Amino acid sequence: MADKVLMKGNEAIAEAALRAGCRLYFAYPITPQSELIEYMSKMMPKVGGTFVQSESEIAAINMVYGASGCGKRVMTSSSSPGISLKQEGISYISGASLPAVVVNVVRGGPGLGDIQPAQGDYYQATRGGGHGDYRNIVLAPSTVQEFADMAPLAFDLADKYRIVVLILSDGLIGQMMEPVEFQPAKTEEEIEKLGKQHESWCMHPNEDEPNHHHHIINSLELDPNVLSDLVLNLEKKYIEIEKTEIRFEEYNISPDNEILCVAYGTAARITKSAIEELKKEGKSIGLIRPITLWPFPTEAIKQAFNQNVKKILTLELNLGQMIDDVRLAIEGKVPVDFIGRVGGLVFSPEEVKTKIEEIL
Amino acid sequence: MEIIATRPKSLTKAQFTYCPGCTHGISHRLIAEAMDELGMRNKTMGVCPVGCSVLAYNFFDCDMAEAAHGRAPALATGMKRARPDMHVFTYQGDGDLLAIGTAEIVHAANRGEHFSVFFVNNAIYGMTGGQMAPTTLPGMKTTTSPYGRDEKDIGYPIRACELLATLEAPYYIERVSLLSPQHVIKAKKAVYKALKFNKEERGFTFIEFVSTCPTNWGFEPMKAFEWAKENMLPFFKLGVFKDKSIEEEGK
Repeated sequence: MADKVLMKGNEAIAEAALRAGCRLYFAYPITPQSELIEYMSKMMPKVGGTFVQSESEIAAINMVYGASGCGKRVMTSSSSPGISLKQEGISYISGASLPAVVVNVVRGGPGLGDIQPAQGDYYQATRGGGHGDYRNIVLAPSTVQEFADMAPLAFDLADKYRIVVLILSDGLIGQMMEPVEFQPAKTEEEIEKLGKQHESWCMHPNEDEPNHHHHIINSLELDPNVLSDLVLNLEKKYIEIEKTEIRFEEYNISPDNEILCVAYGTAARITKSAIEELKKEGKSIGLIRPITLWPFPTEAIKQAFNQNVKKILTLELNLGQMIDDVRLAIEGKVPVDFIGRVGGLVFSPEEVKTKIEEIL
Repeated sequence: MEIIATRPKSLTKAQFTYCPGCTHGISHRLIAEAMDELGMRNKTMGVCPVGCSVLAYNFFDCDMAEAAHGRAPALATGMKRARPDMHVFTYQGDGDLLAIGTAEIVHAANRGEHFSVFFVNNAIYGMTGGQMAPTTLPGMKTTTSPYGRDEKDIGYPIRACELLATLEAPYYIERVSLLSPQHVIKAKKAVYKALKFNKEERGFTFIEFVSTCPTNWGFEPMKAFEWAKENMLPFFKLGVFKDKSIEEEGK
C-alpha cells in the first residue's frame, strides 16, 4: 500500500492528474487555485510534459482545445471568474466532441467576489455554462482524497465519452491539507496507449495516398439539418451518461429518516457532522451527497424519500441552486427547505443542527 | 502533353467559396504549393479562423482545426505542444488576428511558438458584411464607419508586422501583397521560406498578405486591386521586418 502524504487539495489534484497521464496543462493564475498551477509548473517538466502559463483563461482553454484535438490527456484549472472566461472554449470543445478535464476551485461571486469557498457556480457547471445545447460531466469532491481520486476518473470519463469533465471543488477543498493516498502513476507506455484510442478521429500524422484522409476538428455546421443531427448525437451520449455514470454517497440513509438532506462538497461535510450530533439525540437524519452534479442522482433522492420523511433539506453555499434539481426529483411531494450561506461564508455544524431541529 | 501547372496535392478538390476578385484563393494556393514542395502535407495541421476563410478546412488537404474567433494561435499552441512531430500553421483575417485575437497572437509570437501564421489583411470584415476592421484605413467607409473611419475617434489602423517585430522571439516576419503577378511571385517565396523555417523548427514565422475585398469595398475586381495598390500599400509597407536566418546563416 502506498504511503499517505499530507497535501493541499490543489496540489493533490495536480499530482493525481500527472499520475493519470496528463502531460499537457495550460492555465492562468487565480486565487484560490494558484497552488495547482504552481505545482504543475514545477512537476510537469520532470515527467517530460508541457506546462504553459497562458496569457488568459480564454487562451488556456483554447490551448486545451488544440491539444485535445490531438487526442492527448490535457487539463486546465481556474477559479470562478476564470471559469467564466473559459466558457467559450468549453462550448467549442463540447461541440467538437473532444475530451478535456477542467478544474474549478470555486470562490465567492458574482463578479470578482472574494477568495473564500462557495458553491455559486452550480448553475453554470451543471447547465453547460457556455452557449449552445450541451452538458459537462460535473464531479464534486468533499475531501482532499476524493479530489485526488477524481483526476483519473475525470480523464477516463472524458476519454470514454469525448466530453468535458468539470471537477467542481471549492476554496476549502483546494486550500485544506489532508492525508492523501495516490493511485499508482501510469507508465509512459500506458499513456501512449491511451492516446492511441483516439486515432480514428484526432489529428496525427497521416498516411500518404491512396487512402489518405485528413482529420477535422470542428464545431461549425452551416446546414441546419446536419447540425440538428450532430446535436441529437450529443444528446444520445448524454442519455447514455445519465444511465450509467451517476455517482452519489448515501449517509445514514434508513427507513427511519425523518429528514432527508441533500448537499454536496464542503456543505455535505458539514452536514455529516450535524447528522452525527443529532444521532446522539436519537434523531434519524439521512443525507444524499451527489458526487456527480450532472448527471444528477434524481433516482437516489426519490428512493431515499419514504413515508417517514417529513421534509427535504437542501444545504448549499449559495442562494439555492441545486435545490431546483432536488425539487424536480421530489416532484412536489413535500416542501424542500434550504440552508444557504453566500459571500464565501460557511455554515457551522451547530447552525445546521439548529435548523434541522427547527423544521423537525 | 506536359503538365506544367495543376492543383496542388495540399488542396482538396472542393470548389472555393470566395467572391470574384478575392485573394483568399491565391493565398490558399501559395501555402498548398509550398506544403507540397516541402513534403509537409501528411504531417501538417492547420487552424482556420472565423471569417471568410472559416471553411478553409474544406480546402486544405491536411489535418485542420476550426478555432473560435481570434483563438487560432492558442489552438495552434496546444496542437504544436501536443504533437511536436507535426507542423502547424494558422490562417487568420484582420478582425480575427488584430481585434478579438490580439492577445493570442502577441503572446504566441512572444513565446516564439514553432508555427506559421498567415495573416490576410483586406482592411474589412468580409463574412459579416463589410464592417470596420482594425486595419480599415483612415477615412475608409464601411457599414460600421458609414462616415469614414475617423482616426481621432477610433484610432489608426494597426500594423501587425511592425507590432510583432518589436518582440524578441519571432524568427521571421514579412509583409507581402497579392495585388499583381510580381507581388504574388514574391509572396510565394515568403510563404515557402516561412514553411521551410517551420519544418526546420526554427521558430515563429509570420506572413501578412495585403489582400482585397471587392465585394465589401464596393469595387469591381480590377478596380479593387488598383485601389489597394494606391491606398493600402503606402500604409502597409511591404518588406521583411524580421529574419533571424540572416544572422544565423551569415547571409
